[in-house]
Amino acid sequence: MAEQRYIDGIRQALREELARDATIRVLGEDVTLGGPFGATKGLVEEFTDSRIINTPISEATIIGLAVGAAITGLRPVLEIMFIDFITLGMDQLVNHAAKLHYMTGGQLEVPLTIRATGGVGGGYGAHHSQSLEAWFTHVPGLKVVAPYTPSDAKGLLKSSIRDNNPVLFLEHRGLYWSRGEELAADEVIPLGQAIVRRAGEHVTILAVSKMVGTALKAAEKLAAEGIEAEVIDPRTLAPLDIETIVSSVRKTAHLVIAHEAVETGGIGAEIASRVQEIAFNELAAPVLRVAAPFSPVPTSIALERAFVPGEDQIIDAVRQSIAFNRVGLTPHPEPTRTGE
Amino acid sequence: MLPDLSSDQILEQLRQAVLIRRFEEELIKLAGERDIGHFHVYIGQEMTGVPALYLLEEGDLSFTTHRNHGHLLARGVPAAQMYAEILGKETGMMGGRGGTLHLCSLQHGFPTTSSAVGGVTPLATGAAFGFQKLGQDRVSVCLFGDGALEEGSWHESINIAAMEKLPVIYLCENNSLEALGQKAGEYPSSTLAATDLIDLVTPFGVPALQIDGCDASAVHAAMSEALQRARGGGGATFIEARTVRWPGNRPIWPELATGETNLAMAWDPSLIPEEHQVWHRKQDAVLAFVREIIAADLIEPDSILAMDDEIRADMKAGVKFALDSEYPKAELALELALA
Repeated sequence: MAEQRYIDGIRQALREELARDATIRVLGEDVTLGGPFGATKGLVEEFTDSRIINTPISEATIIGLAVGAAITGLRPVLEIMFIDFITLGMDQLVNHAAKLHYMTGGQLEVPLTIRATGGVGGGYGAHHSQSLEAWFTHVPGLKVVAPYTPSDAKGLLKSSIRDNNPVLFLEHRGLYWSRGEELAADEVIPLGQAIVRRAGEHVTILAVSKMVGTALKAAEKLAAEGIEAEVIDPRTLAPLDIETIVSSVRKTAHLVIAHEAVETGGIGAEIASRVQEIAFNELAAPVLRVAAPFSPVPTSIALERAFVPGEDQIIDAVRQSIAFNRVGLTPHPEPTRTGE
Repeated sequence: MLPDLSSDQILEQLRQAVLIRRFEEELIKLAGERDIGHFHVYIGQEMTGVPALYLLEEGDLSFTTHRNHGHLLARGVPAAQMYAEILGKETGMMGGRGGTLHLCSLQHGFPTTSSAVGGVTPLATGAAFGFQKLGQDRVSVCLFGDGALEEGSWHESINIAAMEKLPVIYLCENNSLEALGQKAGEYPSSTLAATDLIDLVTPFGVPALQIDGCDASAVHAAMSEALQRARGGGGATFIEARTVRWPGNRPIWPELATGETNLAMAWDPSLIPEEHQVWHRKQDAVLAFVREIIAADLIEPDSILAMDDEIRADMKAGVKFALDSEYPKAELALELALA
């Protein structure tokens, strides 16, 4: 199987969908130039400037513009250069895009995809590095996607574009040049399905976006200690595939959630809450979170390293979870502590 | 002056204007009897909305704002369904999911009402963008008040409309003329430093017309020009229709300050009460329209009163329909978050 980069997966998804559906338009600031990282590079040569359209630096309006266009029959794919800038367009996203289908009693559909880069890396600082996914999962009417692999980036973007709801497609800047298996041209990956990235029986690590990679590395180190971690990538945060998460937790009885967003009010809080509501009796330990501190994202590369949780923090949380023995619990398979 | 239309068309506009007036009066009366929540009425602006929207064609879209009842009625949305929606009943156009602040009827060309001030301009601009990119000969009309010009999204929108030459008409119904230049905090407030709204449009190169929004012929002429420009590929137009603020709209909550309108005041000034003389003699655009129609001998006063009686009966029936309708079932009403 051929390999591709995450950013190529995104570009391929755009190209294949543009070729498939004449109502698609790619909009955004500098999209004809490829955007800041080249995701849309080359599209204007292939599809002309009436389909790949540069917009002014007007986030409040270009989101609403895409919503208005979507209800007339276009299928816009809008790039917001950095997720941080979506704050300027929250009225159109939250009050309009998300609510139109509901408020109109189903008279309107808003088939809109908003792509945006987020995440820490490269010293971009507090206005270009946030992970804001939890905000959007809080809004009824929005779907939220956060792919980790190149093939997911491609297959999930295709599904997002084909979806008749507003979808927020969150790309991690630090994954753009990562490589992985290439997805076949006619393949899509449905929204709302988590995937088990690594099977294990002792602990479940649920990790979001780039943190999946960190969790997989942590899992390898834990395996050396005899702890087999199951790593789950939710891929779509809204709607959330809670069944896959809970079924893993039922097997392992331990859950650690890792994300790059700040811990307070993060998506981990929601997932932890839902898991304990469904499977409290099957949890051997409190659900633990490994997430960023309650701080703006710093700029210095040294501070960035302190801000983003690493493998060691995940490993510590896993050890802490496994060390926790809840009284009266039906025994679960205990790891053999070969590493100690 | 009367719009440059046939007498039948002018009389149809009269019927719509009276219908809007009676719809709103009934609603205010109803609000005096029971709590129906927050709403805004269109009284005083009928002669902007009616002639402006009269010219639209099937497939054109209008995006409106919180003072929306008149706009929808002018395009033929049934009053009974609107009352039902305003009362939150299942027989409303959106089954109670939207209410007065989000009234819509796509089949009548109203995709949505945005009640976030300034929320409507990007949407209307986007619909025009969609029409243009899809090669559809449609026009998008953006209806908003002067307050929306205080929002940044409006400036972003007209910039895009100007650059892309979009088929959009920005129709600003300025009902804060007396308030222009007021300081923030006063009500009704228009807290723009600019005192002439069309000055805000000039730098974008979009043709801007300032008209008397109480003069049906001026509205008709301006909208005709704007529609011709939009349909001919000439791009956007901005119209400031200068209307008056009805005395009943001066308090935060509407009050039937000038009473139920007696259309006979138009031809019998002795019926005009002492109070609110200026309103009845000069400002009420519906009465002015009736005077012009009578002067032009298009219809007998008795026929106007007969039409009015019929409309009033329809409005009462509409209110009864809404009151008698069931509330939506919660288990159904809370579906539909996602398509």
